[in-house]
Amino acid sequence: MGKTTAQIQKNASLECDIAVFSNMDCKLDSGFNLKDFQIAFKTFGNLNANKDNAILICHALTGDQYVSETNPITKKDGWWSRMVGVNKPIDTNKYYVICSNVIGGCAGTTGPKEINFQTNVPYGREFPAVTVRDMVKIQNYLIETLFIEKLFAVVGGSMGAMQALQWTIDYPQKIQNVIHIAGALKHSAQNIAFHEVGRQAIMNDPNWNKGGYNKNNVIPERGLAVARMIAHITYLSDDGMHRKFGRKLQSRDIISFGFDADFQIESYLRYQGRSFVERFDANSYLYLTRAMDYFDLEKKFSTAIEFSPIPNQHIRYLIISFTSDWLFPTSENRKIVKTLNYFTRNVSFTEIETDKGHDSFLLDEPELDSIIKGFLDNNYNKIGSHE
Amino acid sequence: MNKMQSIRKDWNLIESLISRSAKVLDIGCGEGGLIKQLEENIQANTRGIELSPDLARKAIADGLSVVQGNAEKDLDQYSNQSFDYVILSQTLQAMVKPRDVLLELLRIGGKAIVSFPNFGHWKIRLQLLLTGKTPITEGLPYVWYETPNIHFFTIKDFQDLCKQSNIIIEKGIALTSKGRQFEISQGISGANLFTSEAIFLLSYQNFAPIKLQSKQKTFVSNSALVN
Repeated sequence: MGKTTAQIQKNASLECDIAVFSNMDCKLDSGFNLKDFQIAFKTFGNLNANKDNAILICHALTGDQYVSETNPITKKDGWWSRMVGVNKPIDTNKYYVICSNVIGGCAGTTGPKEINFQTNVPYGREFPAVTVRDMVKIQNYLIETLFIEKLFAVVGGSMGAMQALQWTIDYPQKIQNVIHIAGALKHSAQNIAFHEVGRQAIMNDPNWNKGGYNKNNVIPERGLAVARMIAHITYLSDDGMHRKFGRKLQSRDIISFGFDADFQIESYLRYQGRSFVERFDANSYLYLTRAMDYFDLEKKFSTAIEFSPIPNQHIRYLIISFTSDWLFPTSENRKIVKTLNYFTRNVSFTEIETDKGHDSFLLDEPELDSIIKGFLDNNYNKIGSHE
Repeated sequence: MNKMQSIRKDWNLIESLISRSAKVLDIGCGEGGLIKQLEENIQANTRGIELSPDLARKAIADGLSVVQGNAEKDLDQYSNQSFDYVILSQTLQAMVKPRDVLLELLRIGGKAIVSFPNFGHWKIRLQLLLTGKTPITEGLPYVWYETPNIHFFTIKDFQDLCKQSNIIIEKGIALTSKGRQFEISQGISGANLFTSEAIFLLSYQNFAPIKLQSKQKTFVSNSALVN
């Protein structure tokens, strides 16, 4: 009853599955009714007979469904392949891992880059605004399509953490464990400010053309690169940057007295900007940063009348933050822990010491690996035999 | 008795004070050994809080619900009477404000279980008397300038504090340095001499709605708070 199903097709060029939903009535937060859409996703490992080993991994702002193995677009390792895969902390010998590209994204899921089936041209700026809640709503359709009634865990960092937290509000009965890494109850004013600068860079690029750059076969590459450079700074930390780059000069012994990339940090940021343009759609960047800006569960988490009716007593939460993360600082993560403790929910929390900033969750942090592995495996063993 | 045996003994005694399937918060839970034992043996529903990130992570990776946090700063996040038992094992002497922590335990839990090394033990008294130096024992194994134990107190001190703070001692168990145990009852001074480690089960004096002591038979409106 009420089960959503879609047609699942293999997509050879994207090397992933596409779930095609047609003639749906998917009402988005904005009020827009999304009729036809598709979700690009990848799965790793096998769903067991009890269907109790499924883990949904939610990607961050510029992530995609290629969480493990090789990303066919960039030809590089998937964005969390150090965490997810055979014999990795999230071991796909044991777990069935699902990762889907969010609505509004640009790796095969319906978003501003994709064709609007109603008009047969790319959506561009015609694409409706999306929220984190919409992303989760659409992930839930996918989970239903895969006939999974209960996810063993939902895992995500940054925007992925927002989605994971949203899952605990909107579909608490469908999840058992949540790993929330470097997130917050709400996007802060400072974070919105950084996003706004990025968006302005894109929208002020003459190529942007009010979002219609596809028509002219150009992309607002300068704007998008600048947006990425700004954002990338917020993912690092002062100490980390100092350790990695300091004031070291790039391919030169003396300063040029000009505006070339004299310093390594400049060269690094320029490279980050350039390579981002090759893999990410500028309009998607606008829509997804906006979705993060709109994220605010503070009210839900600050009043008993809002929080206590949520049937989430059974969920085990693991909240992780990093000492040098100033974008989603420990204090913001702790607010979630405080509410959960106040309502005597099942929560674990740890702050990992590192100078790698917000990006730490994607990088080599052995403590992160061991805690995620231990948390998942021990809680998995608690729920009995897994046929 | 070595340290590990003594911890085990301590844990077993704590376990014996807790009813089955109770909701338990362990403050300063370390790697979570005690709460794990309570989950396994008496199906307790447990949580822990631990200051050391490394120990907290070991506990979490062991599948326990533990938050990294400070017993003196972070207890305010737990709501009133949200646990059946709150445990503070071998930690009270390391608190900056032990009395405040003690009161917090009984705000959060219906009952509190507190264990601590007894500074009134005869060996400690003798050491101080004979050497004139701060005693070092199995229970208090640090030199004075490195010890995390910043408050030294005896069973008598603790009993006085409970009395002053309207805390009821429901049960007191003494462990001698040889590992023998006996019940501590008020007024027997031997306990303070021979106990190396004490475990107390505490509750609040029924602070059931402020009793109106008025002899008046009738109340006028708005007089509810008038004595």
